Amino acid sequence: MQARSTLKSGYLGLNVASGLNMLAAASILVSMVSLCGYAQKATPAKPVVVQPGAPGKPTKVLPKTTKAKLPPIAAADVEFMQGMIVHHAQAVEMTALIESHTENKDVRSLGARISHSQADEIRFMKRWLIARGQPIEGASHDMHKHHANMSHGMMPGMLNAEQMEALRKAKGDEFDRLFLIGMIQHHGGALTMVKELHDTAGAAQDAELFNFATDVDSGQRAEIRVMEKMLEGKSSKEKQ
Amino acid sequence: MNQLPLKAFRLLIGSIFLLSFFVGVMQAQTPPTQETKKAEETKTDLKQAQDNPFGLEKAPPLPAGMTGSDTSDPRANLKPGLYEAGVATLGMKHLSLLKKPDAFQLDSSDTARVHKTLGQIGVPDPAMIPKQFQTVMAQLAFANSDLAFKGKYLFQGNFYGVNIYDISNPAKSQLVTSMVCPGGQGDVSVYKNLMFMSVEMPNGRLDCGVQGFPPNPPPAAGKGNPMMMLPAPQKERFRGVRIFDITDIKNPKQLAAVQTCRGSHTHTLVVDPKDKKNVYIYVSGTSFVRQGEELPGCSAEKPDKDPNTSLFRIEVIKVPLAAPQTAKVVSSPRVFMDARTGALNALSSGATHGTGKPAESDQCHDITVYSAKGLAAGACSGNGIVLDIKDPVNPKRLDAVNDPNYAYWHSASFSNDGTKVVFTDEWGGGMAARCRPNDPNKWGADAIFHLKDDKLSFASYYKLPAAQGDSENCVAHNGSLIPVPGRDIEVQSWYQGGISVVDFTDAARPTEIAYFDRGPIDPNVLVLAGHWSAYWYNGHIYGSEIARGLDVFELTPSQYLTQNEIDAAKTVQVAELNVQNQQEIVWPKKLVVAKAYLDQLERSQVLSADQIAAMRDAIQRAEQSNLNASSRAKLQGFVKSLKESAGSKSGADAARLQALAEILQRPVK
Repeated sequence: MQARSTLKSGYLGLNVASGLNMLAAASILVSMVSLCGYAQKATPAKPVVVQPGAPGKPTKVLPKTTKAKLPPIAAADVEFMQGMIVHHAQAVEMTALIESHTENKDVRSLGARISHSQADEIRFMKRWLIARGQPIEGASHDMHKHHANMSHGMMPGMLNAEQMEALRKAKGDEFDRLFLIGMIQHHGGALTMVKELHDTAGAAQDAELFNFATDVDSGQRAEIRVMEKMLEGKSSKEKQ
Repeated sequence: MNQLPLKAFRLLIGSIFLLSFFVGVMQAQTPPTQETKKAEETKTDLKQAQDNPFGLEKAPPLPAGMTGSDTSDPRANLKPGLYEAGVATLGMKHLSLLKKPDAFQLDSSDTARVHKTLGQIGVPDPAMIPKQFQTVMAQLAFANSDLAFKGKYLFQGNFYGVNIYDISNPAKSQLVTSMVCPGGQGDVSVYKNLMFMSVEMPNGRLDCGVQGFPPNPPPAAGKGNPMMMLPAPQKERFRGVRIFDITDIKNPKQLAAVQTCRGSHTHTLVVDPKDKKNVYIYVSGTSFVRQGEELPGCSAEKPDKDPNTSLFRIEVIKVPLAAPQTAKVVSSPRVFMDARTGALNALSSGATHGTGKPAESDQCHDITVYSAKGLAAGACSGNGIVLDIKDPVNPKRLDAVNDPNYAYWHSASFSNDGTKVVFTDEWGGGMAARCRPNDPNKWGADAIFHLKDDKLSFASYYKLPAAQGDSENCVAHNGSLIPVPGRDIEVQSWYQGGISVVDFTDAARPTEIAYFDRGPIDPNVLVLAGHWSAYWYNGHIYGSEIARGLDVFELTPSQYLTQNEIDAAKTVQVAELNVQNQQEIVWPKKLVVAKAYLDQLERSQVLSADQIAAMRDAIQRAEQSNLNASSRAKLQGFVKSLKESAGSKSGADAARLQALAEILQRPVK
């Protein structure tokens, strides 16, 4: 069966192309016609590479030498990663204050988790950039254009110098409150960055970046909800 | 971008890069007589190595009261390698590995850019670049994913398309068709002449093009950052479920592409036994919601702001078999809704690790339907849920559970009798090492639940027992039942943890009975690889290896599984297999099935040695006589006492005795 359909669909020509000389091809042709069983062994069906068209459109046959191609990397992708490294670095800086600024168990364990995951993600982002021959740091002239109203080198949601200073000066309950408010703002900025990335037509087509951006989005969303609940809990306690 | 700083950055990157791969070589090659300057450089390099982004993440200490994996298992510390890795097996034989086809391997011209960068920073011979670096570059874009089966064909999904293999001779399986059609994850199902494929990523195109979408043109001078150039939705973008006609297996033709707001991360084929004219597809979308400008009606708002939000739902596609090209979304069931209050976001996770606090579930990751029972089990980020799907367009939630040890509810499968559900927890997302000695064996594990009167109750956890390395991504992943009669057995993939076969007949005490594992791709870099899926299909186990290709195995007898049990499993032959569309297994009343039950009753010591010997003897005579009348009569002589024994027992042994009696009553050839 297989040999017959091979003949019908004209794959013999491909045998020739794949290095059999004409004589061999001719002898196989003979054996295919005369000895179907033998021919089956001699000419295993060759795999095809095809690419469907849009719905309703025909499918193309691609050359057997076809190799895979990566989708384009957009400038937005590279800047997203570079910006997010800066962004995450501030979260690590904020969580580093916890040790000396508060005894609140919930805030401490939350901080440890954020610090660990953001440090991990920074490593991932650096790997991604290196593997694509891209600089880890963006040129600052690109970065500060990002939001005209933001100070130099800032990504969405990042705490400004005053906010960071206030956080450094606060202790105990006041620190907890500023930390939670600040980190909610900070995480909110990450969501903005992911949204901007997805809203950019040619961006996030790289599989790993897509996967990462999706994780950042769901992870930070969940952490924001946790922090909002902690903050609610604190304010209702204070009222009592 | 300015060229000078760019070069400087590349130098910096290069030094880190060099370090991560060559520091060992450099140290070994540096003679002790080198000048001090060199020594200092090495010192600086070592310091940088600690910040090496390619370095491996060490597991934190085990939380109090938890136990980790077994470092003395033969699977711990296997030799690394892409195709030369060390192997450990028990009760399984590896028959073949078909390497990923060229059409799904990265063109070398894509690595040229990296080679060029290396050249600029003074690496003399780019050929020295470790292979894994090239793999690191693009590992996910060409990852193999899930499997489906139809007749003699196996369909292997990939982020870049689908490969179709002829498995008539499983040990000598052959590639038939490489279908290029990128968009990830390429979750795949087949129904007769239709093939379905999930697409979720922004590079997915209606026309299966590999070019994705062009990056936005660079902004005109002084016109701001390209990142802020919004929004240019793409008419040609496709995220959802593709439908192909595979009548000509070498020429799959796209019939329809059903767009959804979050794309399709996975999908589930649903065949309603009462509806012969249509099949249905449940779509699980986990990704971002696209803009309304690109697909009208899509909304990422919270439910209190927009009751029509695209979050907190699944989608149901109806596929008319007479006109599959007209397939469309017919409902968007609110499976997380509180039926009394109408709140769309009624379910939360129970995780005590990960984010550490309850988080709302707004997506399902995967759904397994069991139409014969009218049920579906959904693994829905923070929750495991059970749905009534007797009306497939309008599934209704019957129960939902969460679990303190579960980070991400990933997939579900039923026991054949529908009294148990095995869920998986994809802690770490599948790209992280989570089977290290210090990773708790209750995290990233299977959770086995009893299902009684539509209610789930927790029974136990099962996690791959063997310790895996820091460079092996490993966590619970996809599996299927192995149709050994009288036992609940699942073959399951654990990424680079390999394949583990587990008996969960006793839900409280799951036991591993067979395994296969390879060493890591690389000892120093975590390269995404390992088995995405491992499924039993008509007598063999097929493993979809993310980076390496397609593995084929057979089971071999061991103290945990007899040849009769394996042969009995092989009597079950199906025309199609889509694991998430679970089919009820029915065993033929053949004597080999009876022999499997006898082996089990011997193992559990329910029947005496004399009784077992007498029955085996009678079965052998019946086989030799080709089931003549006198041998049948002899077999029937055991039926009465077997049925009596069944009545006095409970659980698995009662069922085995009863099933054995029924075969001996009326065996078939």
